[in-house]
Amino acid sequence: MTSTPLLSPSSSAAAAVTEADADAALTARDISFTRDGRLVVDGVDCTIPVGAFGAIIGPNGAGKSTLLHLIAGILPAGTGASIDFDGSDLLSMRRRDRARMLALAEQHGDTDTALRVRDVVMLGRTPHIGRWRSEGPTDRAIVADALDAVSMSAFADRVFDTLSGGERQRVQLARALAQQPRLLLLDEPTNHLDIRAQLSLLSLVRAQTAAGLTAIAALHDLTIAAAYADRIIVLADGRVVTSGPASEVLTADLIADVYGVRADVLPHPRTGRPVIAFDTDS
Amino acid sequence: MSQILTAPAGTRERGAALRRIPVAAWVVVQFALLVLSIVTAVTVGPADITVGEVWGSVLSHLGIGDTSLTALRDGIVWELRMPRVLTAGAVGAGLALSGTVMQSLTRNSLADPYLLGLSSGASLGAVAVILLGIGLLLPVAAFLGALAALLGTLLLASAAGSLTPTRTVLAGLAVSSFFGALVSLVIFWTASGDAYQEILSWLLGSLAGARWPAVAISVGAIVVVGIPLMLTGRTLDAFTFGDNAASALGVGVTGTRWMLLTATALLTGAMVAVSGSIGFVGLILPHMVRLVVGQRNRAVLPLAALTGAVFLIWIDTAARTVFDPRELPVGILTAVIGAPVFALLLLRARRFS
Repeated sequence: MTSTPLLSPSSSAAAAVTEADADAALTARDISFTRDGRLVVDGVDCTIPVGAFGAIIGPNGAGKSTLLHLIAGILPAGTGASIDFDGSDLLSMRRRDRARMLALAEQHGDTDTALRVRDVVMLGRTPHIGRWRSEGPTDRAIVADALDAVSMSAFADRVFDTLSGGERQRVQLARALAQQPRLLLLDEPTNHLDIRAQLSLLSLVRAQTAAGLTAIAALHDLTIAAAYADRIIVLADGRVVTSGPASEVLTADLIADVYGVRADVLPHPRTGRPVIAFDTDS
Repeated sequence: MSQILTAPAGTRERGAALRRIPVAAWVVVQFALLVLSIVTAVTVGPADITVGEVWGSVLSHLGIGDTSLTALRDGIVWELRMPRVLTAGAVGAGLALSGTVMQSLTRNSLADPYLLGLSSGASLGAVAVILLGIGLLLPVAAFLGALAALLGTLLLASAAGSLTPTRTVLAGLAVSSFFGALVSLVIFWTASGDAYQEILSWLLGSLAGARWPAVAISVGAIVVVGIPLMLTGRTLDAFTFGDNAASALGVGVTGTRWMLLTATALLTGAMVAVSGSIGFVGLILPHMVRLVVGQRNRAVLPLAALTGAVFLIWIDTAARTVFDPRELPVGILTAVIGAPVFALLLLRARRFS
């Protein structure tokens, strides 16, 4: 597979954005969400530079998935909230326009569908194709490119149900890429994948960010997050504890505070990024 | 990247060859089959009228030539058989469409107008008109009944939490049982003699009473509601991976779901009003079509409608002729044929998908 990615942002979205300045970013302010009387996301602010790979980490129930759904506009972000991406106000945007700018790849290990892989990826074209129109050669070419980008072209005619967990996750990524987003949200994309599938999936995402896509992934594994993310947002009880580059954020104190476990944080022998060694003797 | 992933040989699913036939070709073939079914089924019957005489009659009513038949025999063709065949086609198409939409929206392969309670709601509306003398037109009452059952199902499901597929289906079950009990209550309270007979065959599903007004109602519902519904395939497909995924693809989940379910209530109400509760068409036909053309609703919707029409035309023709002079309510035949076919589909789906 070539590492040259692939899917340029849709021209209409690009036209809407004037000269991208150096500070262009996803900027979310005062995002809150209440579920069953509990504040699941509590006044979150976060910023991710355009073209960066951001990771949201935190314990179960910290609000990682909910925060992604709020940014994606699936849940209402509360009064006073604002989410700006590279000059566009995501919250006031029409749903369909927003779906051309950002895509969400969720984990779908257990979904039953006999759709073929090609048709699953074609779902990503939904916001681009007029409601009463058919998919055209352009759409088919974009779907083929997206499958190629995740090395799944050979699986195009397979039934989605028959794929392994790692293959399904790649197809979900291809579907999101076929949406030609400028912002890609990934909700625990590496869950239940073996280590090789995890590394290969996140490498694919990083190849996309290298080409200008902005990505935010909710991740569980701290060392993996540190290895791939340019910026880490630490969430606990619906609030941002801290955020910044992995080497600044991931400290033994922070891990003790947020997760309640002791660990040593070592520099990776070759990349210098943090590697977490948990203290399992106590 | 070093690892080149290839699909293992021999894992291509069965039916792949069929699926390479373009959908448009299937639509053309099925449409031709539908036309052929209408013109053939109308010639089948016990009154010993030849095919040529049938066509003389039909053409004369279309303003071409004269019929050689007596007024009575002409009436059998034009006032009985023709409207009945056309109604059967429209009802089959409508039920198959409703089933397809509901299965996709609830992501439940067993969903159909019956499961979500629409048919029992429509039955209650119709029974109220026939037996209680409620001053409404039969199809209007059936639609209102279907809509009431739908609202009951959705309100019950959303009161219990968010509108998940499972909750929707369970709520449909509760509402369906309740309306079914009310239908039985009304029948046993009021019916006697002929009314009892009429209601029974109506509840089992029968096209014996279909005349031109039934054609107007059922074909009208297909034109006004069914055809727009056939064009919603892409939106339905967006629900494949659930509501969040549909929303992230730019689909307004709540509005779309209400709009499509209301449309299926309209369609079901119109069909139940002219034919009673014919079961299994909405459940079986979408699955049969999916086995052949795959899962994409843009292909499944129009083909399910056409196949449902052909299916019910022939089943109803069998219902009125096979046991001549006795006529079966068509719903008995659809159940007798539908249940084993459905079991077969389940087994096949287990093995091949």
